[in-house]
Amino acid sequence: MPQGATRLTHLQMLEAESIEIFREVAAAFERPVMLYSIGKDSSVLLHLARKAFFPSRIPFPLLHVDTTWKFREMIAFRSAMAEQHGFELLVHTNEEGRAANVNPFDHGSARYTDIMKTQALRQALNAGRYDAAIGGARRDEEKSRAKERIFSHRNASHAWDPKNQRPELWRLFNTRLAPGESLRVFPLSNWTELDIWTYIYQEDIPIVPLYFAKARPVVERQGTLIMVDDARLPLQPGETPREEVVRFRTLGCYPLTGAIRSDAADLPAIIMEMQASRTSEREGRLIDSDQQGSMEKKKQEGYF
Amino acid sequence: MLRAQDSSALALENWLAEQTGKGLLRVLTCGSVDDGKSTLIGRLLYDSQLILDDQLASLKAESRNRTTGAEGIDFSLLVDGLVAEREQGITIDVAYRFFSTARRKFIMADTPGHEQYTRNMATGASNADVALLLVDARKGLLTQTRRHSFILSLIGVKHVVLVVNKIDLVDYSEDVFRQIEAEYRAFAAPLGFASLEAIPVSALNGDNILTPSGNTAWHRGAQLVPYLEALDVTEDESARPFRFPVQWVNRPDLDFRGFSGTLASGLVRVGDEVLVAASRKPARIARIVTMDGDLSEAVAGQAVTLVLDREIDVSRGDVLVHPGETPDVSTQFQARVVWMADEPAIPGRSYLLRVGNQIVPASLTDLKFRTNVNTLEQSAAKRLGLNEVGTVTIATDRPLVFDPYAENARTGAFILIDRLTNATLGAGTIDFGLRRAQNLSYQSFDVNRAVRARLKGQQPAIVWFTGLSGSGKSSIANLVEKRLTAEGRHAYILDGDNVRHGLNKNLGFTEEARVENIRRVAEVARLMADAGLIVLVSFISPFRNERRLAREIAGDIRFTEVYVDTPLEVCEARDPKGLYAKARRGEIRNFTGIDSPFEPPEAPDLVLHGAVAQPPALADELFGQLFP
Ligand SMILES: Nc1nc2c(ncn2[C@@H]2O[C@H](COP(=O)(O)OP(=O)(O)OP(=O)(O)O)[C@@H](O)[C@H]2O)c(=O)[nH]1
Ligand SMILES: [Mg+2]
Repeated sequence: MPQGATRLTHLQMLEAESIEIFREVAAAFERPVMLYSIGKDSSVLLHLARKAFFPSRIPFPLLHVDTTWKFREMIAFRSAMAEQHGFELLVHTNEEGRAANVNPFDHGSARYTDIMKTQALRQALNAGRYDAAIGGARRDEEKSRAKERIFSHRNASHAWDPKNQRPELWRLFNTRLAPGESLRVFPLSNWTELDIWTYIYQEDIPIVPLYFAKARPVVERQGTLIMVDDARLPLQPGETPREEVVRFRTLGCYPLTGAIRSDAADLPAIIMEMQASRTSEREGRLIDSDQQGSMEKKKQEGYF
Repeated sequence: MLRAQDSSALALENWLAEQTGKGLLRVLTCGSVDDGKSTLIGRLLYDSQLILDDQLASLKAESRNRTTGAEGIDFSLLVDGLVAEREQGITIDVAYRFFSTARRKFIMADTPGHEQYTRNMATGASNADVALLLVDARKGLLTQTRRHSFILSLIGVKHVVLVVNKIDLVDYSEDVFRQIEAEYRAFAAPLGFASLEAIPVSALNGDNILTPSGNTAWHRGAQLVPYLEALDVTEDESARPFRFPVQWVNRPDLDFRGFSGTLASGLVRVGDEVLVAASRKPARIARIVTMDGDLSEAVAGQAVTLVLDREIDVSRGDVLVHPGETPDVSTQFQARVVWMADEPAIPGRSYLLRVGNQIVPASLTDLKFRTNVNTLEQSAAKRLGLNEVGTVTIATDRPLVFDPYAENARTGAFILIDRLTNATLGAGTIDFGLRRAQNLSYQSFDVNRAVRARLKGQQPAIVWFTGLSGSGKSSIANLVEKRLTAEGRHAYILDGDNVRHGLNKNLGFTEEARVENIRRVAEVARLMADAGLIVLVSFISPFRNERRLAREIAGDIRFTEVYVDTPLEVCEARDPKGLYAKARRGEIRNFTGIDSPFEPPEAPDLVLHGAVAQPPALADELFGQLFP
């Protein structure tokens, strides 16, 4: 911020709030962990965590729940970041799911997500006996997220009780827990998608190149563009991948993540495009639209 | 296909400059059930074209069979995001929504009107700059309208817009609007809001939201959005005294020791002399560290890491301040509290209190009065129930660093936490520190406990017996006292017979009286132990909270909780004083085990099984354990 100015800008306020939340976690918990999903929100989260503890290293590990169906570029980016910033990276896969070859095609997106994401996450959290798990969810993403506290309580089976949340006044977070309970912590609660992009631009934060437009092999299914990231994607009869200039607004498992046609190849173009956009980022995620209140239900089962 | 603009980088820079200039306003909606809060926020989102196409499509589908305006949309569905809320058509918890206009960015918190969820309204209010207080034009002011207003003033929301909603349902009547406005102004006058604007609105149809409505031609005042865009809520936090609550000690290696935190208020520069508020230890600011490089100064709201020029004792919870502008450091203060738990607040109970980054055991020492939210009248009270507001004095175990809330919200607000369930029970704002605590600061006498104990040749101790009436507490305590005395040690028994009839004869057996009874006994026990005695306390003491309080009052005196565990059937069969029989006949009320609960200790230091062995054997067992 410019010397002599006594008022913070909107983004500076959000940044400071997030840093405060990170430090609170480090100070108040014995075994915190940060969920690192490699997307743009995780990139911002990582950047803020580095700022919060500088010159110390991030004092907790980063955990990636790997469903084995992530874009290859995401995995490459993950390794590059871990090497560059020297944080402790933990990768967990639901091995039973892997052995049973659980995948989105044979098992359906809902069961696949439950086994390879939700259950995998619970396995990892139980194994690590983490008392606080930091995630990059934002309140503007989805209507049940809009209801969640910054420090959000989970019982011993990781369930969220949306009708009985702890009051959360000022920034006086109540971080006390009974044995087995934990908190999910969301430092980006008050950021919007536009804030995230603007911040990435201003701070020059590295993100996975899949966010930028480029010719990529895709197939179109029920109006959704799916990228053929490797040979595992079963092609339907008569279906042939074709090159199209596309990019992603959100990243997840490649068979479940829709691309958008766009030629926004750099950050300014992405931000300008976003402002003209008339659809939400979650539209590209096939799992959320399955049913009304599906996110709330998944969160009650322990999903992030 | 979406086309990025060719000159996008330049356009973006212009746009960014414009965005940077936009201030942020945190807005809250509140008011009674069904007054239209959620509908209003949905309307604001819709009118500022924030509802994207995919959301709009699912919204229209969901709005069938619901009350809708001309657009065919039930706007409350945009914010009532929980399944239970949509099913019941009510708001349960706060929703946070974001929108911006050409002039400002907004964070909107939509809160529930139901009394049951008042704590969620308080949650939303605690970070708001301005409140939209909704009133249904047909119903006028209701209890919840008043309760929310009072909580706004308590939490320090200074700007209020009285939104007289559903004006369409009273034929856009000016009289109705004027009457509600006049009544509200009269009610709110003592609450001291900095600004209060009244606007007639139909959230459902959009009247007076963005532009003046033809339906209310008589209304010369503001429209909602333009009013919010222009409202000045700035308070220069940097102009207040410097407060830096240390949040985390930053210690990457032996060469660096910094203190990370967020400036609660004020401004600090490299070279400034600062004090640790509680210890008054001085130092100078050597560096202000951030990942983006060192700063020469930092202002309120910034999260930084301060490095001092010398090694002094500083840890999480400490507050760095400028000399000459120091906060209160005290163990007692007066405050206003809004209670948020089913279990009432009772003076004497012990809680955890959090102010800034300090978390300390604390108890309500006095409930001065309760405020009737409808009339703002104050009346005497013995307890504070769910959603009630009271003025209390609070005492903390350790000196606390704070400011009156009116002077500094971030160092003057607190929450109270239950020590067993960890629930957040209440929230409050500090009125002022009570200097009394400081004047009483104990002088360290030359004659102290250690000296007196040495004189008696024994280690002072408190042995606290708990158990049902007739469990054998007194018999065991008597035997222990005899044996101690026979061995030349100095012991004394406090029990119902010598305390209830004297010191505590003004106390009955209600929950409050039991709390006070134990508090007094614990204080007396502490004084006696301080005098060098071994004190044997034999009270039923049925509540965990009070036994913990007793342990805390004992401080560093050796304290042993002995649970005389004799089943109720056995005690009742013995019934040495005939009390169980009387209680069963209803002649005695609030009798422990019959119509008043006994909470067994979770981790007693010693358990004696009263149904298994006789008092002499149990006394021996105790003696062997405690006085070998
Ligand atoms: N005619 C008319 N109806 C309205 C107006 N505003 C809200 N309503 C209706 O009033 C009912 C309650 O609206 P909500 O927005 O859910 O009320 P609320 O204040 O959020 O309720 P709680 O959050 O549960 O306290 C709904 O049926 C709305 O459609 C209005 O301006 N005119
Ligand atoms: Mg509502």
